[in-house]
Amino acid sequence: MATRCVDRELLNDWHIVADQESLSQDTPFATRLLGVDLAIHKSSNKIEVVRGDTGATLKSAERYGFVWTCLDKPWRDIIYIPEANEADRHLVSGGAIAVKVSGLRAVENFLDMGHFPFIHTDWLGEEPHTEVAPYKVEITPQGEVLATECKFYQPVASPTAKEGFIVDYIYKVIRPYTVALYKSNPIQKHRLDVITLFVQPVDEENCVAHPYLCYLKEGMEAATVRSFMQLIFAQDKPILENQVPKRLPLDPRAETPIRADAVSVSYRRWLRDRAVTYGAIPAQA
Amino acid sequence: MLEEARSRWHPIAAAHDLQFRHVFHGQLLGREFAVWRADDGYVNIWENRCLHRGVRLSIGINDGRELKCQYHGWRYSNRTAGCTYIPAHPADAPARTITNRTFPAVERYGLVWSSEEPRGELPDVIGLAEGKLLALRGIPVNAPADKVVERLKAYRFQPNGAIDGEGAEILIDAAQDFAVALRSRDGDAQTHGVFFVQPVDSNRSVIRGVLDQDAEGAARIDILRHHNERLSKLRDQVEREAANVPSPAPIEPVYERVSAELAEMPGMTTHGRKAALRVTVARKWQTADGIAGFELRPIKGILPTFQPGAHIDVHMPNGEIRQYSITNGPGETDSFVIGVKLERDSKGGSKCMHETVREGDVLAISEPRNNFPLRRDSTKTLFVAGGIGITPLLAMAQALKNQDLTHELHYFAQGEEHLAFADRLKYLGDALKPHLGLSPDQTGAELRQIVADYRNGMHLYICGPGPMLEAARKIATEQGWPDTAVHFEYFKNTNKIDDSSSFEVALARSCVTLQVPAGKTIMQVMRESGIDVPSSCEQGACGTCVATVIEGEPDHQDVYLNDAERKAGTKIMTCVSRAKSARLVLDI
Repeated sequence: MATRCVDRELLNDWHIVADQESLSQDTPFATRLLGVDLAIHKSSNKIEVVRGDTGATLKSAERYGFVWTCLDKPWRDIIYIPEANEADRHLVSGGAIAVKVSGLRAVENFLDMGHFPFIHTDWLGEEPHTEVAPYKVEITPQGEVLATECKFYQPVASPTAKEGFIVDYIYKVIRPYTVALYKSNPIQKHRLDVITLFVQPVDEENCVAHPYLCYLKEGMEAATVRSFMQLIFAQDKPILENQVPKRLPLDPRAETPIRADAVSVSYRRWLRDRAVTYGAIPAQA
Repeated sequence: MLEEARSRWHPIAAAHDLQFRHVFHGQLLGREFAVWRADDGYVNIWENRCLHRGVRLSIGINDGRELKCQYHGWRYSNRTAGCTYIPAHPADAPARTITNRTFPAVERYGLVWSSEEPRGELPDVIGLAEGKLLALRGIPVNAPADKVVERLKAYRFQPNGAIDGEGAEILIDAAQDFAVALRSRDGDAQTHGVFFVQPVDSNRSVIRGVLDQDAEGAARIDILRHHNERLSKLRDQVEREAANVPSPAPIEPVYERVSAELAEMPGMTTHGRKAALRVTVARKWQTADGIAGFELRPIKGILPTFQPGAHIDVHMPNGEIRQYSITNGPGETDSFVIGVKLERDSKGGSKCMHETVREGDVLAISEPRNNFPLRRDSTKTLFVAGGIGITPLLAMAQALKNQDLTHELHYFAQGEEHLAFADRLKYLGDALKPHLGLSPDQTGAELRQIVADYRNGMHLYICGPGPMLEAARKIATEQGWPDTAVHFEYFKNTNKIDDSSSFEVALARSCVTLQVPAGKTIMQVMRESGIDVPSSCEQGACGTCVATVIEGEPDHQDVYLNDAERKAGTKIMTCVSRAKSARLVLDI
């Protein structure tokens, strides 16, 4: 669906449009953002993002190994990830994964623990350990949705986990299409591994997920981190692509929340409050 | 035409598409269906969306009794489409009203028929008699239904008896908006074929042909191949034509909104002690010595969804009301089966059921209510039943058996002849452990062995006569079982109720303060003020009238709450319990 985006919140923000590694000097990299076709040209000294419809060159940047662009004037800077400056972490992309669903659905799925035993069976969850214990949700002073004290039993919580244990999670929705997950490291218990999921809204019903992983290096290879992320996301993809409708409904009566969905209820409300409509079905008045 | 099509019946699948334990993805006028046949033969046609997060139920799992959503494992019951279990909250009974949208299903002429808003019954199709028909393979066509119908009028085929011939004569017997009836004649051979066109979407259709004669073996395959080839050619033609004109926009299905109550985090529902349903006694039989089984069928429509552990109030011809647990296994939704033990000191309840109520009688019952929910996140579940206490545990054990979850059902009874519902017990196989003819002391010793090895993650469910239940709870506590892992249901409250206190009750949400005098219950006082309070047993055993205490100290006189819950003082049974403090504030 090539609907035009009118949400200032998105038009005036930075979005990832490519992994730098996927660019070549020979052919421009074709992609799409908020329904606008883009071509990314790479030369020896610079990267240019050009609109397909007007031919205009857009503001672009390179950070965390990704190419970023903004369709209008950016209101704020690219998200700052402090863990990306820590030398003892692997900083890797989990790959660019195209998913035929609204990116908002992908964000919501990332916030969800209840599906672990059913979708990530024997990895992030296993029956009969299905209970989602109560956790806390708040809106931070920076205007982010924050869920804390999330706990879930996981048989193989990370590539290095040797046995099942109850994992502590923190979730943070930073921007409408950006969400981060902080997870206790199995070796350095006081430190957290971080996955930031940057979702590129290709159009209202298609997205590309760019997971960015900041994992402590101790006892872990970069390739292992990456393949673990891909395994997990490959399990989510078919479910996401079978959600009907493809856009995220913001009407509270469109779907049935339960207590375990406290964070997604907050996320949907937060999107409503920010008047985000792209990739959503707005609530009925 | 498509607007009017909504009120008509259309084929959405061939009967042979609904294979054992399969979920078929159907579509009509833009709306998707999850179509599945339960093991009891019932054909379910549901909106193809889990009510929770919209995931297609056609990718779900048909376990023969229930359909399980892939995403979060929500379970929906055969026939009613009501949600029976939400794994994320194993200790809660899901609200009965979480019910998926269902559409009517009729199986006829080798096809499965449905309609969005049917006006009347499925009409008879002239020329097709039930029984010896041959349903052809459905041919999907990327073209609007009217274009397909137009082409079908010129469809040419050989009759079954001369399938290798050429030049059969074709007559159009009838042509309607969504069907063409043709007769093919070649010499003596003659076949009548009706070709229904299912409007899948504005620009997509399926041709579902039915012939008036079946065939066997190689002849059958020849016939199927004959039509497959010719209809495929017809499809190519129609699609070429359709490609030349702009295709109409797809039909956007309108999804019903969930009820306002469900849109918020679930709160308490309000039902009084109402007999909302009328059932007939379809069967009454002696299922064990002194125990009568009753099979209750709805007079019309279907029964509501129940969960294992649920009970119904039965309103008897003599005016008495009694609670009986539903013994059914999951997905068994065409009737409720209950067991009634004839009590020696019966005050009219069990006596009336045994002596007065007969097959064919009409009874009023309440909706099923579940105050004894079953967790299914247990590493091992132990059920301890004494006598007629088997009934709720039987429903629970069948549910765990169906999901292949580890469990044992310990059934204490006086003798073999006292074991009720033999057929259901048989289904449980090795999980059933009968303990027969034991004295109270022997029972205690046996119980001690049964609950000996408590490990974190195990759960114990007990139902039986008061003294046995007390003993089992005590032994479990001694063996290290925490209160949170021990679940129980009393038949009745044998405590002597002391209603001599008087106190004040403030209802926080209703903004009223009431005086409860000696001799009256909190529930009575609330009802006198017009406040709707759900209730069932009204003697502190079933848990239906539970209320949340915000402030004050309850004087518990029920047998529903466990010791930890009593100590916490945050819940109260308003039918019997009172206040120790001068004032109670309830969240009502």
